[in-house]
Amino acid sequence: MSTQAPEIIYMDNNATTAIAPEVLEAMLPYLQEYYGNPSSMYDFARYSALAMAKAREQVAALIGAHVDEIVFTSCGTESDSTAIFSALRRFPEKNHIVTTRVEHPAVKTLCDNMENLSGRKYHITRLQVEADGTLDMQQYHDSLTDDTAIVSVMWANNETGVIFPVEEMARIAKERGILFHTDAVQAVGKIPINLAETAIDFLALSGHKLHAPKGIGVLYVRKGAPYMPFLNGGHQEHGRRGGTENVASIVALGRACELAAANMEVENTRVRALRDKLEKGLLTSIPKALLNGNKHMRLPNTTNISFEYVEGEAILLHLNRHHICASSGSACTSGSLEPSHVLRAMGVPFTAAHGSIRFSLSPYNTEAEVDKVLEVLPKIIAELRNLSPFWEENSN
Amino acid sequence: MWDYTDAVKEHFINPKNVGEIKDADGVGNVGSIACGDALRLTIKVDENDVITDAKFKTFGCASAIASSSMLTELIKGMKIEDAKKLTNDDIAKALGGLPKEKMHCSVMGREALEAAIADFKGAILPMAQGEVVCECFGVTDLEVIRAIRENQLSTVEDITNFTKAGGGCGRCHEQLQALLDEQLQESAATSATAPKKVKRMTALEKIKKIEEVIEREIRPTLKMDHGDIQLVDVDGDFVTVSLRGSCAGCHSSHATLKGYVEKKLREQVLDTLVVEEDRP
Repeated sequence: MSTQAPEIIYMDNNATTAIAPEVLEAMLPYLQEYYGNPSSMYDFARYSALAMAKAREQVAALIGAHVDEIVFTSCGTESDSTAIFSALRRFPEKNHIVTTRVEHPAVKTLCDNMENLSGRKYHITRLQVEADGTLDMQQYHDSLTDDTAIVSVMWANNETGVIFPVEEMARIAKERGILFHTDAVQAVGKIPINLAETAIDFLALSGHKLHAPKGIGVLYVRKGAPYMPFLNGGHQEHGRRGGTENVASIVALGRACELAAANMEVENTRVRALRDKLEKGLLTSIPKALLNGNKHMRLPNTTNISFEYVEGEAILLHLNRHHICASSGSACTSGSLEPSHVLRAMGVPFTAAHGSIRFSLSPYNTEAEVDKVLEVLPKIIAELRNLSPFWEENSN
Repeated sequence: MWDYTDAVKEHFINPKNVGEIKDADGVGNVGSIACGDALRLTIKVDENDVITDAKFKTFGCASAIASSSMLTELIKGMKIEDAKKLTNDDIAKALGGLPKEKMHCSVMGREALEAAIADFKGAILPMAQGEVVCECFGVTDLEVIRAIRENQLSTVEDITNFTKAGGGCGRCHEQLQALLDEQLQESAATSATAPKKVKRMTALEKIKKIEEVIEREIRPTLKMDHGDIQLVDVDGDFVTVSLRGSCAGCHSSHATLKGYVEKKLREQVLDTLVVEEDRP
């Protein structure tokens, strides 16, 4: 894979991550020798079942859960849909959902289309965020009613890295007897999570965000939480998710969770230091560069910076020429015509929203890579500003 | 990642004619920072109405920058009359094509050119006179209708790709569909009547159609040059019109009459029509 490709500088780990060599090594036997269906009766299949059981323990350990609370799914999106629909079906008399304006499409689009998907009308409260991307907690308090079926709030935002107080929010929901779901796809593996000490009922995580392959996810379902399966079929996952298990990827995810637990320290020291160096360097060397999101309540690996009066896709394509991989909240990169709903919800002006770039690091990044970005990006921004009709009149 | 052609990449990485002509003869500003792309085109025109220089400044994605760069390359050395005929498709083709979601970048180039020419001529921009359909991106019905016609668009999504209209809140989708239906009906009607030339129109149908084409297409174009047109009479195949405003005394009014008015009416009403000017 890497023999012919140029040395890439991969700083888009909130989009997806490289499969860790240890993870690949762990999963390969289950793609090759041990292909048995874990539901089968012979010893040969038991190898698969045992490997899955181990993986379940590894996942549970990373998030402070019991093994019985882990349901393997195909991805984060499936986990989110499962949790939300489960609550709505278990409480058919309730018509209200509380979420935020800055959710990932996995939850946002689901809520936006709830009427079409469920065939009935739901009232949806989308919580506002402040200019720094943090939630309006007063609005949250006020939004909960006896009619609320579920609250779904992401643990950390994928674009800005801003962390939401989901533990506190789950406690408040529990006091009102309301189910609480969190899309923790970005948080798991990057910050310590101990679900045993929280009132969270459902949590979604995704393998490919923490160095496991794509196509594997988990839904944490608190013991005793009302639940209905989303995929109906065989008795897999104790009847909580039909479909033959993706054994190799489950094994991979287990190993990845173990690695993430071991790397938690690194993530919050070395990766954080690299992120801080990159961020500080860009903000000081490039005029009219603005940090998006609260500087402190944030994932250690993410920085989102707007370069005013230039457009994100153009920046990304120039970075691409230097084999640097990052993301943008600009309209043009998504194929939609509106810039990031997250930045718009934060009130980031258009002059800045179109020129936002997100760098998301991992333990595989090096200081030399950060230095390379600090070397090339200021030139790219200067070149594009030279082209921009808005730059001269606003540069002073 | 978008599938850009080599030409798009080249014009993005090494854009030609970047900057602003200080004593420009025509300036065209289109788009806005809110919309996500904007283009300022400045042109220099000599006494023979030839564009001798063109420069651009663009805020936008790779295809917006490449479209602007290609536009300036295309129009340098072109006569104003020819430049007027340049379409967004010409720009896109010169770049070896654009992803369909990015066609609006070429439309922006063409609109900037129109704006610069209008500024040079001291005329009002025809497209801006329409009614705004899409509030999010400030797109008028005239712009939408033209994009539908020139590019044979058939869905609302197409319209969004070409003009951005409908790409924001989506509240104008119904209106866009209505414009689309109208245009589809019209083109079906023209293609249905065109082959059946044998079938004679009634005098009333003919007059109505002539009036309609004048109102919809011919008058707005002449107005761009501060001219106007009035239908005086229709007798058999002879159409008498009077030219007003700056067209009346214009030395090229005969050319306008035959080359443009008659041509349009022949294309869209009846190919045997003869247009004559009513001279007082």
